[in-house]
Amino acid sequence: MESQRLRRIRGAFGIFSAAFCAAGVAVILLLILGYVIREGIGAISLDFITQLPHPVGVPGGGVGNGIVGSAIIVGIAALMAIPVGTLTGLYLTYFGRGLPASAVRFLSDVLSGIPSIAIGLFAYTMLVAPLRHFSAFSASFAFAILMLPVIITTTESAIKGVSRELYEAALALGVSRHHAIMDVILPSARSGIITGVVLAIARVTGETAPLLFTAFGSQFWELNPNNPMAELSLQVFTYAISPYRSWHQQAWAGALILIFIVFAMNLGARVLLKPRLR
Amino acid sequence: MAETEQRNPTGDFGFAPTSAVNADDTILNPRNEPRARPVRAILPRAPRGTGFDLCVYGATGAFVAVVVALFLELLWSSRLSIATFGFSFLWTSEWNPVTNQFGALPFIYGTIVSSGIAILLAGLVGVLAGAFLAEFCPIHFSGPLSFMIELLAAVPSVVYGLWGLFILAPLMHDYIEPFLQRYFGFLPIFSGTIYGVGMLTAGVILAIMIVPTVTAISRDVMAAIPQTQREAIWALGATRWQSFRMVVLPGARAGVFGACILALGRALGETIATTMVIGNRPAIEASLFAPGYSISSVIANEFTEATTQVYLSALIELGLLLFIISVTVNAVARVLLWTIFRPLEG
Repeated sequence: MESQRLRRIRGAFGIFSAAFCAAGVAVILLLILGYVIREGIGAISLDFITQLPHPVGVPGGGVGNGIVGSAIIVGIAALMAIPVGTLTGLYLTYFGRGLPASAVRFLSDVLSGIPSIAIGLFAYTMLVAPLRHFSAFSASFAFAILMLPVIITTTESAIKGVSRELYEAALALGVSRHHAIMDVILPSARSGIITGVVLAIARVTGETAPLLFTAFGSQFWELNPNNPMAELSLQVFTYAISPYRSWHQQAWAGALILIFIVFAMNLGARVLLKPRLR
Repeated sequence: MAETEQRNPTGDFGFAPTSAVNADDTILNPRNEPRARPVRAILPRAPRGTGFDLCVYGATGAFVAVVVALFLELLWSSRLSIATFGFSFLWTSEWNPVTNQFGALPFIYGTIVSSGIAILLAGLVGVLAGAFLAEFCPIHFSGPLSFMIELLAAVPSVVYGLWGLFILAPLMHDYIEPFLQRYFGFLPIFSGTIYGVGMLTAGVILAIMIVPTVTAISRDVMAAIPQTQREAIWALGATRWQSFRMVVLPGARAGVFGACILALGRALGETIATTMVIGNRPAIEASLFAPGYSISSVIANEFTEATTQVYLSALIELGLLLFIISVTVNAVARVLLWTIFRPLEG
């Protein structure tokens, strides 16, 4: 049996190392944020967020088309994913039971782990290869698939958070199932579902891999989803792996904008919507 | 009158019982239904086949169809490569688009080694960090710390890649790798030329990317261990650390393991950050300092340049391989996590 003193020392050492690890993870976040701000803030200007990219060697230029492209691609993806995702989440709570529901839940869990690049390949073989051209719509399709598991899981837990007695009470008043769900359950679960949707949008906004062979990128103001389109995170990637110093600076500035958008959505989802859940 | 109120879509459902009676609702009309049934037995028999139900089932069906199509389409598109190379695709290392010879071994090796490094580092740090948040952290620190770790999970992978390429890789090249070589250079994994970008750097950046997953899930799993178990061992005179080692960690073992495997799945499929720091050279070398290549990186780099059908098909087969690996890994992780959380849901 070890002595009291030894036990206390070992305990203090263990707790200290655990605290060190937790603090270390937090410090890494600050380091990444710090570097992105330090390297990127110098290139941020109104021009940077409103202009087209300039060719190498021409100073200035921006990522305006990438920001607009991101909004279009993610917007179309959300239009596809929100109805399918929320209704599937609803299926898991008040419709499906037993094996079919477990199977759907399992598929959603599995889908959340499938690498985005594999989903990009799927979008390519479905929408790019048959049509023989890259398109923003194929990127939206890939993004919609990436959003689904997030929306399904959060919708399911938000609806489960609403007490079942509310639903039963509505049914007992003679309301049809449709109205009980649409008018009683969904309004109570609304903020949870919106949180999930915002988190899903934040997730795909930072996603790059599927875009390489779906949206492909563009140097122009491209607004037609049937054509190749610029996208912010793809531009950051292209600039970062280029050999030009001026483009590296642009990559940092683009990363700063990207991180700002993604963090704003995360903060919005978590801080503003959570209190209303209670 | 009753019917119109029923279909009123504005959300203001009728509270008057008379407006709501319909043929299927027997609760309000027990005289027609003499046998009293439990409410739960009645609920699933609510009217079916309405437009709303069709929407729900249709959406679920579409979701299932997409996931199944995802697998079938990858399988179908890689048929040319599967037919040409068979299983030798998995263990030959020649990757030559000119002669149309494709073997995936260097990429499989690179994916496994870089993810292995990542899970070793992130597993250790993440479980300890999760333990700190669940067991030891003063209550007013745990919220902000958890929040920061969740934000770390939200950083886009291209930002990790950028940071890895311009900040971490020079740091590895100038300080960490020379240090390792100086003191552990007798090990083959720490010998050879130092490049900065390579397997080890990729492993470290992947570790940073997956550590929030390990931390958050281990924290939840450990917090799920009943408080009474801790109190029991404290009553026997144990310290807080001992209660963690003897009660919480053994109880949460399967869940912690599940968290690590889930994180491993993320590392295996991560593309952009890996591509930016792994060095992109299809070679199998003992040294972790040497550049390598991963499955996802080769797809990202070469897919738009693939000119022949066999080449394209081989790259899609790599995607199929990633799909199969990640589904397997995730299924194992879910089963492990399920054993922890299931008793709670009752």
